Amino acid sequence: MGSRSRYLWLLPSAALLGVILALPLLKGLAGGVPGIGDALRDPAVGRAAWNTCLFAGISVPLELGLGLAFALLLNRDFRGRGLARALAILPWALPTAVMALSWRWIFSDSWGIANDLPRALGLLEEPVPWLGRPGTAMAALIAADVWKTTPFVTLILLAGLQGVPSDLYEAMSLDGAGPVRRFFWVTLPLLRPSIALALVFRLIQALGIFDLVWVLTGGGPADATRTISLEAYDSVFRHLEPGRGAAVTLLAAAGMFAVALVLGALARGRGDA
Amino acid sequence: MKRLLPVAVAAMAAFSLGPFLWSALTSLKPADELFRVPPTWIPRSVSLDNYRDVFAQRPFARYMVNSLFVAGLSTILTLAAGAPAAWALARLRLRWSAAIEKGFLAFALFPPAVLLVPLFVAARDAGVLNSRIGVAFVHAALNLPFAVWSLTSFFRAFPADLEDAARVDGFSRAGVLLRVVFPVSAPALAATAILVFIFSWNEFVIALTFLTRDELRTVPVGVAMLSGVTAYDIPWGQISAAVVVTTLPVVAAVLAFQRSIVQGLGAGAVKG
Repeated sequence: MGSRSRYLWLLPSAALLGVILALPLLKGLAGGVPGIGDALRDPAVGRAAWNTCLFAGISVPLELGLGLAFALLLNRDFRGRGLARALAILPWALPTAVMALSWRWIFSDSWGIANDLPRALGLLEEPVPWLGRPGTAMAALIAADVWKTTPFVTLILLAGLQGVPSDLYEAMSLDGAGPVRRFFWVTLPLLRPSIALALVFRLIQALGIFDLVWVLTGGGPADATRTISLEAYDSVFRHLEPGRGAAVTLLAAAGMFAVALVLGALARGRGDA
Repeated sequence: MKRLLPVAVAAMAAFSLGPFLWSALTSLKPADELFRVPPTWIPRSVSLDNYRDVFAQRPFARYMVNSLFVAGLSTILTLAAGAPAAWALARLRLRWSAAIEKGFLAFALFPPAVLLVPLFVAARDAGVLNSRIGVAFVHAALNLPFAVWSLTSFFRAFPADLEDAARVDGFSRAGVLLRVVFPVSAPALAATAILVFIFSWNEFVIALTFLTRDELRTVPVGVAMLSGVTAYDIPWGQISAAVVVTTLPVVAAVLAFQRSIVQGLGAGAVKG
C-alpha cells in the first residue's frame, strides 16, 4: 500500500467535515466582513458581548471549582461509586433545551421550587420573580448552566485523576505530608493539562451558549441575558438581516479564537517553566 | 473526612438529579394540584393525564420518530466515516497524524454561536432546509471529531499482533478491519455510538433552524415549542411529562454505560 493511499482512510471524514462544516463556515465568516464596521459600532452587539462575557466569566470558574470537587470525590473508593458517577455525569447527557424548560419551571415565581425551598427554610418571605428581573435572571441562567455542564469538567478531571500514579501519594504520605499538601503538591500540578483542556472547552462553549438562553430567558428581561449567539440568531430569523448575523458571528468567532490562543499560550508558557 | 463522605455524595446526587426529579414529580400531578400555591412537593394524588395528553394533544410521537430517525442515521454516518479514520490515525503511522488529530479536535470546539448562521445560510442556499437527512448529515459532521478522538485512543490500545496474524492469513487491510478489528472492538464502538446518538438526540440549534415544519421537528425543538400564548397558558404538566419521556432513555443509557462513558472520554482526555 502506497504512503499516499493510506490517507484514503481519512477521506470520508475529511469530506464530511470539509463540505458540511469547513466550507460553510469559511463562506459564512467571509460574508460577515462587509458588516463588521456596523456591528462594532452597534450598542446592541456590545451589550450582548458584555452579557456573554459576564455569563462565561462567572459560570466557568464555578464549574471548574465544583467539577474538581466532584472529581476528587468520585475518585475515592466507596460503595456505590459506579452509581454516584452515573448520577454525576447525568446532567451533561440530558438535552439542554429540554432541561431548560425544567429550570424555567423551577424558577417560576408562584409554583417554582426555587422560591418554595428558601421559603420553607425561612430564608425568603416574598417570592422572587427570578426570571423577571435582570440580575436574578442572569443568576438563574448561570445556575442552570453550572448544573448542566459541571459534569463535563468532572469527567475530564476524573480521567486526569485516574492517570495520577497512586505510589506518588504513598511516597508523600511516608514523608508525612497531609492531604492538603498532597493536593497542592501532587494532584493539582499533575492535573494541570486536564484543567487546561476543560477550561478551553468550557470557556468557548460558554461564550457560544445558545439553547439554554433561548429556552430559559429568551434573552430577557430587558435584554439582560441576551448573548452574542442570540444576537446572531435574531439578526437572521427576526430582523431578516443575514449580513448582520454573519458579521456578529465573525466577531464572536474572532473573540473566541483570541481566547483560545491566549489560553493555549499561557498553558504552554507555564508548561515550559 | 470519612464521615463526611456519604453526606458529600448525597449532596452531589441531589444536585445532579434535582431538576429531573422535580419535573418527574410535577408530571404526575393532576391539573388542579399543579398550580397550587405553595406547591406540593410529593403529589397528593398521582395521575398519568399529562402523559396521555402530551401524546394525544401534541404530535409528540411524531417528534420521537423524527428524533430516532435523525439520531440513528447520524450515528451510522458518524461511525462509518469516523472508525476508519480513527484506525488509520492509530495504526498507519501517518506522517501528519498528530496535526490531523489536532485538526479534528479543533472542529469539536465550535460552539452554537459560530455554527448557527453560516450553516443555516449554506443549507438554505443549497436547498436542504426541512430535510431530516440533511440534519442527520450535519449532526454526523458535528459529532465526528468526538468519535474519531475516542476511537483513536481505543485503537491505539488494540493489540497489533491480532491484526498482523490476520494479515499473514491473507486478509487485506480492509478485510482485517471489517473481520477482525471492528468485531473485537464492538464494546468501544457501541460506547461511542451511544454517546453520539445522545448528542444527536439532544442537539437543538441545527434542528431548530433547519426544520421549520412542525411535522419534521425533533423532540427537543418540539418540546421547547410546547408553550402557550401567555405565561399562564404554558402547559407545564404536559411539558414536565415530555421532559421525563425525552430524558428517561438517556438516563437509562447513562446508568447502564457509566463505566464505558467515563473510560471512553477519559482515554481521549488524558492524552489530549
